[in-house]
Amino acid sequence: MVKKKTEKLIDKNNLRVDGRELNQLRPIKLEVGVLGNADGSAYIEQGKNKILAAVYGPKEIHPKHLAAPDRAVLRCRYHMAPFSVQERKSPAPSRREVELSKVIKEALEPTIFVEYYPRTSIDMFIEVLQADGGTRCASLTAASLALADAGIPMRDLVAACAAGKVDGRLVLDLNDVEDKEGEADLPLAWIPSLNAVTLLQMDGRVTLEEFEQLVNMAVEGCKQIYQFQKEALKAKYIAVKEEVQE
Amino acid sequence: MPIFYERKQIVTPGDLLAENDYLAGENTYKEDGKIYATRIGLVDYDNRKVFVVALKAFYVPYVGDLVIGKVIEVSLGVWLLDIKAPYPAVLRASDALNRPFKPQRDELSAIFDVGDLVIAKIVAYDRTRDPLLTVSEPGLGKIKHGQIVEITPTKIPRVIGKKGSMITMLKQETGCQITVGQNGVILVSGKTPEDEQLAIMALRKIEEEAHTSGLTDRVTEMIKNEKRGV
Repeated sequence: MVKKKTEKLIDKNNLRVDGRELNQLRPIKLEVGVLGNADGSAYIEQGKNKILAAVYGPKEIHPKHLAAPDRAVLRCRYHMAPFSVQERKSPAPSRREVELSKVIKEALEPTIFVEYYPRTSIDMFIEVLQADGGTRCASLTAASLALADAGIPMRDLVAACAAGKVDGRLVLDLNDVEDKEGEADLPLAWIPSLNAVTLLQMDGRVTLEEFEQLVNMAVEGCKQIYQFQKEALKAKYIAVKEEVQE
Repeated sequence: MPIFYERKQIVTPGDLLAENDYLAGENTYKEDGKIYATRIGLVDYDNRKVFVVALKAFYVPYVGDLVIGKVIEVSLGVWLLDIKAPYPAVLRASDALNRPFKPQRDELSAIFDVGDLVIAKIVAYDRTRDPLLTVSEPGLGKIKHGQIVEITPTKIPRVIGKKGSMITMLKQETGCQITVGQNGVILVSGKTPEDEQLAIMALRKIEEEAHTSGLTDRVTEMIKNEKRGV
């Protein structure tokens, strides 16, 4: 395999490979209630990422021995479609997918009132149709919307966004190239009303000061995404309301 | 003691609704003296109580509710029904038979079989056990004819209307019998399929526009227009 010569990821005008500013998010499109058969669903396009999230429940749990007597059990499957990446990915769950399923589940659990529905399960299915870096964050953003769409009572939505270090500079919302060629990547999920971080991972190397800056940058990104989420949730109902009032 | 939204405004989970002296009602929670929404819905205030009328939710059983369920399992001495709740509902054979159940004599699937739709009432339910149903009251039992409409259970109060204004109007204008299950399942049975279709159309409209005002008038108008068109 010929190793591609890495070109500069940030040009002299401080613009990134896809023409964004350092602290600019990729364009986001969010849609809620896209699947007819699921209790709740959401679709997200963030840059070239295309991800579907579906939620079922709360419903009777199967197999029965997994039931918790005092709360609902949240289950999550993060899965990448074989055609979601350049080289065909085996549809069997990889080590990475198992890990992401777990961290996404654990990031969303504190926002849900699981104690209201004992002995039941809430099942989430996240399907990555096209991946371009930062899928765990985009998945979380979509999954949280799908939960709200299913009518599951929750403390807040979860917004997620990554920040990282590329070409020695700190940037927001890394895409695939920046993630692979850059020095560091820090995905973060945030619960706005509780002002709490519910997912924080990092790979690469940064100094302590840079780490702090990255966290603050990612939170700022999450704030923007949170606004998009709220708009997307309301969109369907506001459209009906306006139509009626005309 | 500030409030942050006007009545009937749409809110999403996590929206800060009020502070301090207010009480957290339905679909809200209180933390550090602040009240937040837990579901997407319309905010409303009743004296000091803040609550959210959810636009989408699932049914949670409540004792005394009339529900329409589908038989999913016939086992020894009981039927299990799907009532669109997180838990399956139990209907005891002795309740339908009005005497103790005798396994050697009674064939349960002859009374209610898998797939049958049943109108029933919830007699017992708590967090530790599945809801228990009864059919031993007038008007309850197997559904023999009519059509089923499913809507979000939170919109059932809208279908009924203030003091039953909406449902009375629907019955009068369409000439259909309408049985409303609190779990969001509605039975419509009329003299002709056209009557039923009209009632179903009206119910769909109510579901879609539940969060807007002046709904009864608009639905009445729609039915009248449709009737003229036929």
